[in-house]
Amino acid sequence: MRIALEPRPPSRWREVLMPFAAIAASLVLCGLLIIIAGANPFQAFAIMGEAAFAGKFAITETVARAAPLVLTGLAALVALRTRFWNIGGEGQLLVGAMAAAWLGARGDIPVPLLVPAMIVGAALAGAALAAIPGLLKTRLKVDEVVSTLMLNFIVMYLMMALLSGPWKDPVTGWTDSPDILMDAEFPVFWAGTRLHLGVLVAVIAVIVIGIVLKRTSFGLAMKVVGENPKAAHHAGLDVGRITFFAVLLSGALAGLAGAGEVGGTQFQVIASISPGFGYAGLVVAMLARLSAVGVIPAAVFLAAITTGADEMSRQTGVPFFIADAVQGLSLIAVLVAMTLARYRIRWRPSPKREAAS
Amino acid sequence: MADDTPLLALTGITKRFGEVVANRDVDFTLRPGEVVGLLGENGAGKTTLMNIAFGLYRPDAGTIAVAGKAASIGSTADAIALGIGMVHQHTHVVARHSVLENLMAGLAGRHGLIDRAAALARLAEIAAAYGLGLDPDQLVGDLAVGEKQRLDIIRALFRKARILILDEPTSVLTPQETEGLFSAIRALKADGVGVVYISHKLNEVRAITDRVVVMRRGAVVADAVNDGTLTNAGLAVLMCGHEPERITRTPHQTGAARLELAGLRLGKATQPIDLKVHGGEIVGIAGVSGNGQVRFAETIAGVQMAADGTILIDGKPTSAGSPRRMQQAGLAYIPEDRLGAGLVGALPVSDNMVLSRFGASPFAHFGWLDRKAMAAFAERQIASYDIRPPDAKLPIGLLSGGNQQKAIVARELALKPKVLIIAQPTRGLDVTAIAFVHRELMRLRAEGCAILLISDDLDEIFQLSDRIAVMYESAIVCAMQVEQATVAGIGLAMNGGAIEVPA
Repeated sequence: MRIALEPRPPSRWREVLMPFAAIAASLVLCGLLIIIAGANPFQAFAIMGEAAFAGKFAITETVARAAPLVLTGLAALVALRTRFWNIGGEGQLLVGAMAAAWLGARGDIPVPLLVPAMIVGAALAGAALAAIPGLLKTRLKVDEVVSTLMLNFIVMYLMMALLSGPWKDPVTGWTDSPDILMDAEFPVFWAGTRLHLGVLVAVIAVIVIGIVLKRTSFGLAMKVVGENPKAAHHAGLDVGRITFFAVLLSGALAGLAGAGEVGGTQFQVIASISPGFGYAGLVVAMLARLSAVGVIPAAVFLAAITTGADEMSRQTGVPFFIADAVQGLSLIAVLVAMTLARYRIRWRPSPKREAAS
Repeated sequence: MADDTPLLALTGITKRFGEVVANRDVDFTLRPGEVVGLLGENGAGKTTLMNIAFGLYRPDAGTIAVAGKAASIGSTADAIALGIGMVHQHTHVVARHSVLENLMAGLAGRHGLIDRAAALARLAEIAAAYGLGLDPDQLVGDLAVGEKQRLDIIRALFRKARILILDEPTSVLTPQETEGLFSAIRALKADGVGVVYISHKLNEVRAITDRVVVMRRGAVVADAVNDGTLTNAGLAVLMCGHEPERITRTPHQTGAARLELAGLRLGKATQPIDLKVHGGEIVGIAGVSGNGQVRFAETIAGVQMAADGTILIDGKPTSAGSPRRMQQAGLAYIPEDRLGAGLVGALPVSDNMVLSRFGASPFAHFGWLDRKAMAAFAERQIASYDIRPPDAKLPIGLLSGGNQQKAIVARELALKPKVLIIAQPTRGLDVTAIAFVHRELMRLRAEGCAILLISDDLDEIFQLSDRIAVMYESAIVCAMQVEQATVAGIGLAMNGGAIEVPA
């Protein structure tokens, strides 16, 4: 048998159902992994759901964890609008975190300006880092997948150098940055939870980006450039400049995620400040089908998987890494689903068998 | 004809794409040594039918028989194995390989080895039998367009095709090359090969075919022996269901030079171009495709940088190399590659209607899009240019080629251009859409616009142009009033030959 793809007419409901089908498929596949690990998948998923959503603490924890994913998801999405694959969200998040930690630990910034300075500084740092592959791509046509990905490692090792050098705790010798000032800690809206300012920033970012993409001429220009750069150039749009600005915006969003982690969760830079939020942002953007609003449920889903997997692992003995498997499988599933929404598969008998019949 | 078993018999073929019925209960036969012309407007289903025969699509209903035996063609490999060859409008060749390597690609010899000597012998055989010769060691990238097409035909014969489907074969050929293609078809015919000839060019179809099949809206509306009684007008009526309109040019007084090219060089090594296009004048640029026409148009439109020289609009030098600035200077450009360069297929008609101006008033204010103004503008343009379906929200890629071209014409003419560059304005369009585009060009000419018309279709050039210039190797080799030009003379110049210009 051979497989062939045949285009099928566009369908609105198929487009809407597609991400859900993808999530269902990835859960089924993970269920098989859980069986292999020796546990009951239904029970395992029930524990995960409970740990992620049952009770005030669980829900707020999931939401807090979704905040950086929302921001890195938006970062991936904005760049992808211009067909720029920003795989560098991780590095941009890390420089954002470092900038926020540096500003937050300084004693010379007036208190009311401290938190805003951390937020703005993190965004600028992320944008500045993204500017490098942005310029390389738009000026020299350097492939951005490689340059953004490689910069992640450069930034990560720079951060490790900082943590084990200048920022090393002189007393304990721990590789953590100095704690930020009390006044630099992001305010929390709901006492006893971790719903901090970073969550609000993420929600505002969704609204702002949604408006930019839908209502502004820059948003439309990004889409034109992404869909057909040649036609964009013919129409007089500056393809390089529009792409570059989209990349700056993308880097800034990822940088904001770093600010939230430092200001609202860790209060310092630690080596494991990001468990791959930057990369997961790409999954979020794809699950959201590149819609700004869709980023929220997609991020909450991935966050719930991670918070839930922790508890499930404790109770059933299934390794925690199942969370990574769900994340990876859902990305593959959504990519397959995107294809299936537009094409139907035709199974064709191979010519030899047919000749015999 | 001793053997009357059809080489190819398609019976009751039906094919749907979603709600669109591309082929409706179509019967089609091809006998040995027969050349059948397949005619129809765009979207009539000709190409779909032949793609079914060539294994690119599977029919929803109907049967296929090859040489009297029922056949199930699930892929192009099946079709090739059954002796069916198809030559598409655009050639499918590997530029960096030699002619022989291209012929042998995908053709496994005995035990997976490639038999070069046998291949060379077969190539010589084809050259001798049909007059289709090519140097086996030449790189395909160096071949002229007509030679690439010959390569495609040779490849089909190489794989022992007895059924040859030619889709718009002459759209890239000079008149002389077309004559060469015809003699090859005659030789193939004498050898018993059946040829399906898909074309819009009625003169050619009448000249080369034995029988003509006309399709309209997915169904066969006529199947007639070409016994010399067919007329272009009669065929056109069959194709579109009504008398087509033929736009004619009436000579008139032209104005001052609006577009002036002074020493314009497309590449460092090419000859400079000096050309003036006056207000109310259409200058047709004839040439075999691939002689720098795209570069020429894009350079004037600012899409590409000129190597040297100046472009003046209404006497004012314009800074080339920026599409936006050329637009502001009053130039509009309609590229030949509509979906590739002119439109964004995934975006709705309304966005495409303002592709070059959505960033400024009246469609945006301080960076905020005025969606209402965009929609209203699109509705107006859709109504006045009769773009179908009349839905501004539909992605423009879903429209037919003719309606896409209408949309681009609507968009560019809304700019009230002083100068219009239009490349291959009617390529792939049906008779009705062609008449529409030609009428718009005539209207613009009457309004005093200077029009540079670039076309591979010599008929079109002669029909519309006040002056004809020939482009060869990225330079203008001659220019003359249309009254002084002959098809043979222009055809010669297109191939680099010298031309007698009457004083």
